[in-house]
Amino acid sequence: MDSSGANSLRTGPDEQGRFGQFGGRFVAETLMPLILELERAYRAAQADPDYQAELDYLGKHYTGRPSPLYFAERLSRELGGAKVYFKREDLNHTGSHKINNCIGQILLARRMGKTRVIAETGAGQHGVAAATVCARFDLPCTVFMGATDVERQRPNVLRMHMLGAEVRPVTAGAGTLKDAMNEALRDWVTNVDTTYYLIGTAAGPHPYPEMVRNFQSVIGNEIRTQMLEAEGRLPDALVACIGGGSNAIGTFHPFLDDREVKIYGAEAGGHGIDVENGHAASMTGGRPGVLHGNRTYLLQDADGQILEGHSISAGLDYPGVGPEHSFLKDTGRVTYVPITDNEAVDAFQVCTRLEGIIPALESAHGLAQVIKLAPTMGKDQTIVLCLSGRGDKDVESVGKYLGMTF
Amino acid sequence: MTSRISARFAACAAQDRPALVTFIMAGDPDLTTGQAILDALPGAGADIIELGMPFSDPMADGPGIQLAGQRALKGGQTLRKTLAMVEQFRRKDGTTPIVLMGYYNPIYIFGVETFLAAAKAAGVDGLIIVDLPPEEDDELCIPALAAGIHFIRLTTPTTDDRRLPAVLENTSGFVYYVSMTGITGAAIKSHAAVGEAVKRIKGHTALPVAVGFGIKTAEDAAIIGRDADGVVVGTALCNAIGDSLDNGMATARTIEAAAALVAALAAGVRRARA
Repeated sequence: MDSSGANSLRTGPDEQGRFGQFGGRFVAETLMPLILELERAYRAAQADPDYQAELDYLGKHYTGRPSPLYFAERLSRELGGAKVYFKREDLNHTGSHKINNCIGQILLARRMGKTRVIAETGAGQHGVAAATVCARFDLPCTVFMGATDVERQRPNVLRMHMLGAEVRPVTAGAGTLKDAMNEALRDWVTNVDTTYYLIGTAAGPHPYPEMVRNFQSVIGNEIRTQMLEAEGRLPDALVACIGGGSNAIGTFHPFLDDREVKIYGAEAGGHGIDVENGHAASMTGGRPGVLHGNRTYLLQDADGQILEGHSISAGLDYPGVGPEHSFLKDTGRVTYVPITDNEAVDAFQVCTRLEGIIPALESAHGLAQVIKLAPTMGKDQTIVLCLSGRGDKDVESVGKYLGMTF
Repeated sequence: MTSRISARFAACAAQDRPALVTFIMAGDPDLTTGQAILDALPGAGADIIELGMPFSDPMADGPGIQLAGQRALKGGQTLRKTLAMVEQFRRKDGTTPIVLMGYYNPIYIFGVETFLAAAKAAGVDGLIIVDLPPEEDDELCIPALAAGIHFIRLTTPTTDDRRLPAVLENTSGFVYYVSMTGITGAAIKSHAAVGEAVKRIKGHTALPVAVGFGIKTAEDAAIIGRDADGVVVGTALCNAIGDSLDNGMATARTIEAAAALVAALAAGVRRARA
């Protein structure tokens, strides 16, 4: 693995927080000193063995790491091609990969002496993980969540309440993740002295994209070790779903310089990529712009106004994407594909019936890509899917989508 | 550069009063009414005009300016139309400075060089772009200065003395001091602290310092205007326009509602140091 060479794709971001032209620090002056302070605090933590040790300890004993790498035997047989493995992030404490990042950031918030935490959430998985670590470390937590998402992800809203967090429904715009993030930024700028903003995905102003990627890279690092154990070699392909893209960048990053490993990101194709404002596939259907602190691919109109986007999955319903993904798209290292609502729901059912695993709708987008990909590959080849979260939260919306009645 | 902005601040200083800087959202509530309000501002007592470029995601704005932006976008406002408003204004008024204020993305999508050329031709004097801190100066600030357009920087209570010189380095026209850590339209906690901050900034720059965020009434303008070279009023004006509407549509009262508030504020800045 060559991560220091001139041709490495793993060296970003640069000092300005750029991955090629993407990333940066496009924030109001009020926040700028804080973002610089955050970067200093993060660098100090990275160099502190005690911080790393605490991270590892909590990862093992609180989250349950390493998460299993599971050979999906029935699914593989059904697809008739490559062997499919699931990286079981759904088995983590709180039910998704989000906890990996939250533990890293809450320890940082404490080091910085912050006394209050805010977070944005789409599907509620990050909100739950944030509320969880805030309960564990005794910090008050406010979660901003679009009113539409509050409606379609009730179980997670209740979990956050029970964990002691305040959930603030955001009615602006379409009431989804983008609006929740705007409102979180407004709160942050108002309470900048006391408040730590626990961003849930690998996006936002530098250093968030780098920091979140590093916390999530535990996924890819474990996959490497586990695949070498299981198969004696690296996987032929990696697949993960992309909203902001934190589970994906965590899965992909350790493999970026292993050129023989093909990498696929599944974006939310919603009603179809040709339906205007009917999808949330920012890389397939958008173009570069500046929002929420970074330059990245965005869904926007000809005047640079940001579109709301649509996905059946609240966690992917965001018009942007982490800047490192934009960079990896332009370099061609990662292939990003849109997966429609229908394809995701089909994959959700296939996984549930064949493997007895109810995946999150977000993860089902990745699975839909696996279902397309595996049959085109040989039986001696392997695919690892990051099964980023469990689907308990989605059973109601999927049931409704399928017109099921009981 | 000598400019409409420096000439106007100098003229106000000669009268021993702060400049009244008024913010309206371009195209609010519709293009025709918005143009009429813009054209009426100098006569009502505005010294400098900030014209908002509506954006779908105004992260630093409170409800008043958010709603104004939504009304404008619903009415079909675009950056091109905003520039056309300035051009029309300039046919009748060659001296009142106009500063465009907003977020970077619409400009980025328009194309930075194309935008700067069009803005200069339309008669725009300066830019305030909320999400472009000094760390991103290469994006728009440096090109704007090269094109002869002021780049007015926001300084905030979190901008400490260590950082202030970097923030001021490429600032021109005037310095915009944000009176609080917060979003537009919130309440100022301490007028005295704002006065102290203005003095601190003036110790670092010869540029005029205008204060904005939280100034709603003639009384506020008079108090803040004791120390500041300019006072900026935005949310209150957007709310006055909003309150005059009927079902989101302009009424016979809309233009007058804006003009009357500006006139009251103009009286306020005139008694700031009296």
